[in-house]
Amino acid sequence: MGVLTLPVPLRLPVPMETGGEEGGWHTPSLEDFEFVGGFGGPDWVNKPFVQAVMAAVIVIVLWLLASRKLRTVPTKRQFLNEYFYNFIRNGVALEVLGHHDFRRYLPYLVGLFSFIWVNNLMGLFPLLMFPTFSNIGYAWGLVALTYIIYNVAGVARHGMKYFKNSLLPAGVPWLLWPVIIPIEFLSNFVIRPLTLGLRLFGNLLAGHLVVLVFVTGGAYLLFESEGLVNRVAGGASLLFSFAIFALELLVSSLQAYIFTVLTAQYVASSLAEDH
Amino acid sequence: MPVLEVNLGPLLPHYLSEVIMGALLMVVIYVVMRAKVVPAFEKMYEERRAAIEGGMEKAEAAQREAEEALAQYRAQLADARTEAARIREDAKNQGAQILAEMREEAQAESERIRSQARAAIEAERSQVVAQLRAEVGGLATTLAGRIVGESLQDDERARRTVERFLADLESQPAQGDGVAQRSGSTAL
Repeated sequence: MGVLTLPVPLRLPVPMETGGEEGGWHTPSLEDFEFVGGFGGPDWVNKPFVQAVMAAVIVIVLWLLASRKLRTVPTKRQFLNEYFYNFIRNGVALEVLGHHDFRRYLPYLVGLFSFIWVNNLMGLFPLLMFPTFSNIGYAWGLVALTYIIYNVAGVARHGMKYFKNSLLPAGVPWLLWPVIIPIEFLSNFVIRPLTLGLRLFGNLLAGHLVVLVFVTGGAYLLFESEGLVNRVAGGASLLFSFAIFALELLVSSLQAYIFTVLTAQYVASSLAEDH
Repeated sequence: MPVLEVNLGPLLPHYLSEVIMGALLMVVIYVVMRAKVVPAFEKMYEERRAAIEGGMEKAEAAQREAEEALAQYRAQLADARTEAARIREDAKNQGAQILAEMREEAQAESERIRSQARAAIEAERSQVVAQLRAEVGGLATTLAGRIVGESLQDDERARRTVERFLADLESQPAQGDGVAQRSGSTAL
């Protein structure tokens, strides 16, 4: 045990992920992203599951509160709410989809950004400290919806011509068709959804892993190892973890934004006359 | 869980429920956003746009009204100016007329006075002539009687002589008369 007598409360935010056996150092690994039950129900009712539901409830409740009693001359609180709403409405939907189409996809885009953002912030929120989308299944769920939406948008607008538009950019000489068509198919129908999901998942998984290493490793070195050097290194690591947290805050917000922008971008390219 | 030959590791969801929940929760959020939140915001934006446009329209109407009033005032001012000019012109004309009338009147008056004076002179002259005739007759008779010294007492004869003499005088009066008349007209 360390010199200080407060190691237990300081380790509180992360005990679940560290394996938690007293003494030995457990390197943070992918096992820290697996949760089994824990809420008395079936195995799949685990921490990420509860977090996802919580996030959905938070998003819905906050937006419902924000959309009550809207005035043409805003109050301070409404001004803030409008700022968030316009961030997606004007900054993404209107910008990418244009005046004609933005309104139709606006609910999905605003909801998508809010849902991902709240879930990502849970990775930095005390007591929760786990980003839901570092469990890839949730990311695949959103990707599936976006995939359906942008393909349906294309078919609804152009009918079967949508597939021709997607596979053959305008003005390609027919000799190149055998090359272009497979590439475009891979790009639009395989790589787009894969990268969309992996980007979100990968950023959050890696970010959370780094946080775990710095926080649990630093705490272990500071409180449970021997030797002055180790303790100094542990203290430095804990201090540095604040910078990591700040970085993760940025990454969490950025990834939510990127996912939303790309969804809008894919819808826009489906609606466009030709690529 | 190696589904394929390769182990996908963290790329494979731990539970199928993750995928389902991810999509399902997002669908629920989408439904709420579409039914409530976005329409509320968009309605408010529409109202705000209408309010701003209404304000602008009102301002435009006010400006139009002001311009109309200004044009009206300008027209009235121009009318007033024309009116003033007309009145001035009238006054000038009237003044000239009055002046002309007065001049005419004065001329008539002077004419009248002149003719009156001429008549008076004429009357006086004839009176003087008559008187002179009588006196000259008497004087001449007396003179002739004194010169001749004889029986010019015979009134009958004397009278006839005088008459003859006067008739002679009158047959050549032009000199004396003309001079008198000319000098009278110059005096006037």
